[in-house]
Amino acid sequence: MSLIVENLTIDHGAIRAISNVSFTVPQGELAAIIGANGAGKTTLLRTLSGLKESESGSATWNGKSILGKRAEDLARSGIMHVSDGKSVIAELTVKENLALAGLWRKDKKDVVKATDEVVELFPILGQRMTQLAGSLSGGERQMLAISRALVARPKLLLLDEPSLGLAPLIVEQIFQTIKSLVTKMDLTVLLVEQNAMGALKIADEGVVLNLGSVVAADSAQNLLNDPAVRSAYLGF
Amino acid sequence: MLKFITAVLTSLTTGSIYALMSTALVLVWRSTRVINFAQAGQAVLTTYIGYEVIVRSGSYWVGLIMAIVAGAVIGAAIDRFFMRPIFKRITTGPIVMIAPVVATLGLLGIVQAIIGFKWGLTYQTIAAPVSTDGYRIFGSVIAFSPFNLMVLVCVTITMLLLTLLFQKTNLGLALRASAHSPEIAKLSGIKVDGIRTLGWALAGAAGGLAGMLFVPSTYLYPNAMDVLLVFGFIAAVIGGLDSLFGAVAGAMVLGFAINFTTSYVSSRLVFPTAFIILILVLLIKPAGIFSNKKGRRD
Repeated sequence: MSLIVENLTIDHGAIRAISNVSFTVPQGELAAIIGANGAGKTTLLRTLSGLKESESGSATWNGKSILGKRAEDLARSGIMHVSDGKSVIAELTVKENLALAGLWRKDKKDVVKATDEVVELFPILGQRMTQLAGSLSGGERQMLAISRALVARPKLLLLDEPSLGLAPLIVEQIFQTIKSLVTKMDLTVLLVEQNAMGALKIADEGVVLNLGSVVAADSAQNLLNDPAVRSAYLGF
Repeated sequence: MLKFITAVLTSLTTGSIYALMSTALVLVWRSTRVINFAQAGQAVLTTYIGYEVIVRSGSYWVGLIMAIVAGAVIGAAIDRFFMRPIFKRITTGPIVMIAPVVATLGLLGIVQAIIGFKWGLTYQTIAAPVSTDGYRIFGSVIAFSPFNLMVLVCVTITMLLLTLLFQKTNLGLALRASAHSPEIAKLSGIKVDGIRTLGWALAGAAGGLAGMLFVPSTYLYPNAMDVLLVFGFIAAVIGGLDSLFGAVAGAMVLGFAINFTTSYVSSRLVFPTAFIILILVLLIKPAGIFSNKKGRRD
């Protein structure tokens, strides 16, 4: 079970957002895709989760193509995408947001169990269950968004900028939790981040994206130590 | 005093019928972001179907149920076979926002033309299942009949059932999630397209009920529901378009305003009152008169 992306090309309107991108995320690993704003990271994730169409190339998960499938079907097959901008539904309560990803699941007992587990993971959510998600802080919303995905018992988690707009301390907490999830929940994670430093620190693999193309791909450790990558993309 | 009581009761009755139409419009708006002008056509078509069933079965109640069922089926079919292809075809450019709305206007024309073709432009009547003679209070007859009471009861039950559906069931949660954020709903594994069609079906059913409750007090003709579309739309705007609670509350505000103006000022003021309220709401609180409530639960 691994995510294999080969020669993927995606247009965004009249602009080529992703051009001939290839990378692999082995099962049970955490891969970080880093790059500046406009590098095409979000477009890539939206395509992998079925929200957007691609022009050419392939992407497979567990040997099966995931391109051109409906987002809801991919979600049901274990690919959960936590989109950017703290993807929670503000008008619903915390409890209802969590319930969404379990509505279609047959194993209702496991939905309850998964919900208990995420509350254990983020105890603050337990105290906010009956509050509207719109009343949560940025960090809490991000926790809720990740938790919602976990209630579906995903196999592959696609995370879009979980650190966006959060205080450094919260970012640290979220990143550490993501890292712990990989082993705890038997997950494969594709993490897209502008916060290259933070992402590479927790990742196994790293892919550097610039203007829609892969400019570097290596183990996260090697990327962190590569002077060229550091100066060009990590900014130090 | 009697005049006041009568005005209150009449306001509640007319308000409740407006509420069915505004609820239908809001259900479609929430699920598809379209003002469904065809709602008037759908409602009148389903009322004609109810009329035919009554003629054949002799029972208003059978006709009522069939009209509601037909309303749901027609609503679902319009979304599935008309709206969905339009949304799929038109994805970019300035036409995106307006094309679906214009499409519903076109559909309204087509439906009304078909009705004219099939049933003619004559006036039909549907007899009320209970007396339409006003109740007697202190020896004088008021403009509120057992049929008006029946309308109130039917609408109240409908609204309670809708509230239960939306607030207490998984389907209701899926409907609300798809309305507020179709993308997050999809990413959570909810089949948003099907849920959207369900929204259209519920709206169609509400329209069918509105027609069957409205027509016995007037006549059945191809444009019979046009006036309700206008009032339902104004009520929905008063309520903020997005909230079912707002749709009902807006309809009641409109019902009371119209009936009190016509009772106490002049019976010619039905439309001016409605449109003055619409314009005032749009000028002062364009997001609806309940829009200041933060974290509104609907």
